[in-house]
Amino acid sequence: MTIKAKFFAIAREKAGTADATLHLPDGSTVAIATAMIARQFPQLAATTTRCAFAVNQEYAAPDRTLKDGDELALIPAVSGG
Amino acid sequence: MNDWLEIFSTPLPVTEATAFIAAPGAGGIALFLGTTRADTSATGQSLIALDYEAYEEMALKQFASLAERARRTWPVIKLAIHHRTGRVALAEPSVLIAVSTPHRADAFDACRWLIDTLKSEAPIWKKEIWSDGPATWVEPGTKAEN
Repeated sequence: MTIKAKFFAIAREKAGTADATLHLPDGSTVAIATAMIARQFPQLAATTTRCAFAVNQEYAAPDRTLKDGDELALIPAVSGG
Repeated sequence: MNDWLEIFSTPLPVTEATAFIAAPGAGGIALFLGTTRADTSATGQSLIALDYEAYEEMALKQFASLAERARRTWPVIKLAIHHRTGRVALAEPSVLIAVSTPHRADAFDACRWLIDTLKSEAPIWKKEIWSDGPATWVEPGTKAEN
């Protein structure tokens, strides 16, 4: 399956891009996708450990199972306001 | 429309939001503006602005969730949640919360809860732009927070 990854703030700067396309085995979780991201973007690996995750614009846990076409976002510690 | 939820890349429409929030049934309106505060870095640089970035589609969903939860707790008549993206100069507002309720205590309480919860939940980030040297992403809990 194919999912879209989105990076923001420090994660976007480390990745050098705001989004990426990931090809994953069916049944992959957020944690598996994040490991794939860390392999594809080694400079982002340390940051991923300090990020929360969102799937289709809702916060999601690392054990959440992804579906084809999902949008996975890395959410660094927020600082709005 | 009773909720005005929006992310702006241009200066926040404070006057328009204040007019929007007025309602015949309202006895109190609370308006909060979060503004860029002057600061000095550990190396003596002066803060000149904050750059805001948002995951806009998700942030707007979060704003809708905040509005719904506020309405479950307080008798909110109208509310506005606005946030900036891009560069916000010293003293300019980056966030606006406005709430109207029949009585003032609820307006203050709802407004306070909305800004506190927005800051902890909304996928929005700020970067400090200094007079010299590299810009820095704000990490919650550091002194630039709040």
